[in-house]
Amino acid sequence: MTELLKLSAAELGAAIASGETSAVEATQAYLDRIAEVDGQIHAFLHVAADKALEQARAVDARRAAGEKLGPLAGVPVAHKDVFTTKDMPTTAASKILEGWQSPYDATVTERLRDAGLVILGKTNLDEFAMGSSTENSAYGPTRNPWDTDRVPGGSSGGSSAAVAAFEAPLATGTDTGGSIRQPAAVCGLVGAKPTYGTSSRYGLIAFASSLDTPGPIARNVLDAALLHEAFSGHDPRDSTSVNEPVPPVVEAARRADVSGMRIGVVKELSGEGYQPGVMQRFTEAVELFESLGAKIVEVSCPSFTAALAAYYLIAPSECSSNLARFDAMRYGLRVGDDGTRSADEVMALTRAQGFGPEVKRRIILGTYALSSGYYDAYYGSAQKVRTLIKRDFEAAFQQADVLVSPTTPTTAFRLGERIDDPMAMYLADLCTIPTNLAGNAALSVPCGLAPEDNMPVGLHIMAPTLADDRAYQAGAAVEAALRDKWGGDLLSQCAYAV
Amino acid sequence: MGSAVTSDHSAKGGATALMPYDEVLRGYEPVLGLETHVELGTRSKMFCSCATTFGAEPNTQVCPVCLALPGALPVVNSAAVESAIRLGLALNCSIAEWCRFARKNYFYPDMPKNYQISQYDEPLCYDGYLDVTVDTPEGPREFRIGIERVHMEEDTGKTSHVGGADGRIHGAEYSTVDYNRAGIPLLEIVTKPIEDAGEWAPQVARAYVRELRDLIRALGISDVRMEEGSLRCDVNVSLKPRGSTEWGTRTETKNVNSLRSIERAVRHEIERQGGVLSAGGRVVQETRHFQESTGTTVAGRSKEEAQDYRYFPDPDLVPVAPDREWVEQLRATLPELPSAKRRRLKAEWNLTDKELQDLVNANAVDLVEQTVAAGAPPAEARKWWLNDLSRRATETGVELSELPITPAQVARVVELVAEGSLTNKLARQVVDGVLAGEGEPDEVVEARGLRVVSDDAALGAIVDQAIANNADAAEKVRNGKIAAVGALVGAVMRETKGQADAGRARQLILERLGVSG
Ligand SMILES: [Zn+2]
Repeated sequence: MTELLKLSAAELGAAIASGETSAVEATQAYLDRIAEVDGQIHAFLHVAADKALEQARAVDARRAAGEKLGPLAGVPVAHKDVFTTKDMPTTAASKILEGWQSPYDATVTERLRDAGLVILGKTNLDEFAMGSSTENSAYGPTRNPWDTDRVPGGSSGGSSAAVAAFEAPLATGTDTGGSIRQPAAVCGLVGAKPTYGTSSRYGLIAFASSLDTPGPIARNVLDAALLHEAFSGHDPRDSTSVNEPVPPVVEAARRADVSGMRIGVVKELSGEGYQPGVMQRFTEAVELFESLGAKIVEVSCPSFTAALAAYYLIAPSECSSNLARFDAMRYGLRVGDDGTRSADEVMALTRAQGFGPEVKRRIILGTYALSSGYYDAYYGSAQKVRTLIKRDFEAAFQQADVLVSPTTPTTAFRLGERIDDPMAMYLADLCTIPTNLAGNAALSVPCGLAPEDNMPVGLHIMAPTLADDRAYQAGAAVEAALRDKWGGDLLSQCAYAV
Repeated sequence: MGSAVTSDHSAKGGATALMPYDEVLRGYEPVLGLETHVELGTRSKMFCSCATTFGAEPNTQVCPVCLALPGALPVVNSAAVESAIRLGLALNCSIAEWCRFARKNYFYPDMPKNYQISQYDEPLCYDGYLDVTVDTPEGPREFRIGIERVHMEEDTGKTSHVGGADGRIHGAEYSTVDYNRAGIPLLEIVTKPIEDAGEWAPQVARAYVRELRDLIRALGISDVRMEEGSLRCDVNVSLKPRGSTEWGTRTETKNVNSLRSIERAVRHEIERQGGVLSAGGRVVQETRHFQESTGTTVAGRSKEEAQDYRYFPDPDLVPVAPDREWVEQLRATLPELPSAKRRRLKAEWNLTDKELQDLVNANAVDLVEQTVAAGAPPAEARKWWLNDLSRRATETGVELSELPITPAQVARVVELVAEGSLTNKLARQVVDGVLAGEGEPDEVVEARGLRVVSDDAALGAIVDQAIANNADAAEKVRNGKIAAVGALVGAVMRETKGQADAGRARQLILERLGVSG
């Protein structure tokens, strides 16, 4: 069975399609693995063993009936518990949704099913995707398989930990300020934030609507591209969905070539506050690009220095309004409804008990930033910064085909280390946030272990809007070169490698 | 009662006496502003595909979007945008090249998202006008009402308080919410301040809402049933001291839901504010509620403690950018608007200002026009709708157009009278029959046996009988006392139960008696 776990998603899909193995066998192997290790990792909030096997049997039946299956049919996937699923719970890792059963599937969920992917269960996250460590989950933290004293990143930490611990070959995530790329980086995985609007938000429980982007987490670039392609594309149920073809990411991941590509190193995304081992691996990756025939240029994006501040006005503002619907009236937790209290009081008591401290902090921040008299100074200014960041990207993409930086300033920190210091926690997304504010595409790919702590370092590759394929192409090239250098995947060095 | 909703804190130390209307007008000029909400008649809701049928079982026309389930997203109904643009064009507005929806944030159980998707500083239509006419003793007078904006938004659900004495939240045992209405598209039409209405302010307010209602009906974008709440009006009133350029503090009277109430609410606010000011008090900026039963307004929430709605552009929706060609196409295909129609009909039917205004006041313009189209002469059509049918509508408490009789049926009755098959008196009985649901006019004539006895042979026999039975009267007529023929005609009409053509009967009697009429 361990042999099945070792296969990449692409290989596993091919093996199922050819009949070498079955979807049921693969699913059972992963369910066994989850049973074996998830007690230590806590990647999953809900494991849907019966539903998964049922789905797997359906895929095997389709194959037996002679149907030609897609590349990921029968391949298991771990699904971030912020997408609605009509056959398993959806909590967003919040007490306020404990026990809620969605009557409908998110578009991403629906497309996973349509592609024949087998949903193993729902993964842990920071409550409502607000956080960078998965410590903000109301259901307990997830641990980093590389070092279980450390965080797996966040908010998609359950997804990244599940893939790194070989509890799933693939996982979904959502990226609002780096919530896919940062956990992928600190767990030694590939994670992509697609161009905003190319992956549907319908059925994704909103944190910050103008930033939230579903994307893939995988062990390698090709697997990420396959999952990306499986659930992306126009969705008429999401008004912000872009009616454009999905960029050819799978083809780009197979091409894996950077010869002649102009690679821009963003001056503002390095320097003070960056861990030396992170900078060392990043610098080596840039040199590697050059040795592969790419042209290295330095670019400056001065407004990126204001990105974090703008993000922490825009995201909380949107979240303060998005989370208003959790009011105990129609679904979810209800506190204090004893016949003596008014609806207002029940709403207040429920929200006081149902939301965790980080969610409350952001709701209060956002409510304040949108208040009359403060709107222009806060929300208004932040929107201006957003425009400047877009312009910086546009200018930089005149000089370079893709931009690079470290994905995170540091490797995974220890559990509890930053939980009482929100500013330190927020810095984890320093490099990833500009892409969310501008809406363009980016990918994180492993580029080694930091010598001082032997924890994974991510290389961040940013591409223009609707040119996601460029990031995949560059990422695949560096991945192939490093695989040759290391004699295999970085992940094989993980404590939980099979 | 005794809740905050009903306590009147507008005047310190209890209620101040009203000031007689004319007296207020001597010292002040009223300034009005009207905000009207219209539920659009689109088949589906503003941001989801749920049906909008009125009166369905509670919470049967709902989905993840309009219930605000986690993860659900709105998508704009383009039919609603089209309706908004058409109304904007009919109100002579500019149509925005680009505008956004905004979220209006406040917590209330009938608001599933706890924010309403509306438009804030970027309305779809802006800067237009609507001309309205008010009757004055000097004749009809026209006022031009400036339109500030027309914007799109969604309706809320409907809360019912169960177990209390008066359906109010205070004292209720529990409350229920029906979300069928949540997400139904609304247009909000906001006037510019109306400063020149003077003593005619109450009538101008009423005339404006009526004109707006007729315009919306003519466009076919809503059936505007005020009693079902599909048109709701908020009335802003303030008093400006004569000769001053500064306006007074305004109050906003919410949800005034009939034309008559609008007029009464404005008049009452003018008298109330006049009373407050003359007693040395100050008008409090606040929301007030109109009481149908008393014709007065009572204080609601004070604007001075108003909530901050924290408007911001809705990030779930892309901007609305109506294609210019499409807008021009909508402009070119607008139907004839009520004002143009009135001008045309006035000329075609050769009406005086007064006659036209009577038709307008009775909401009879379209009905008369359709009756004429069905073949009736304009004068006859007007007569029927303004007299008999208006009276019947008033008696039964419905709008004229809601009477169960169609313009075609009225036209048929007119035709039957014209061809001599019915007398006017019989015609009224036929109309009664149609209104009572007895079928088409011809069916009523048949079933009730109402046709004029115009067969000379039959009528002749009755005439002979009448002469024989009333020898005295017959003799007087023969002797040249023609007036005595009335008694004989009366006898014939009694005998025929009124179905004889009285003129023909008279003619036959005079012939029989050898007298020329
Ligand atoms: Zn709906």
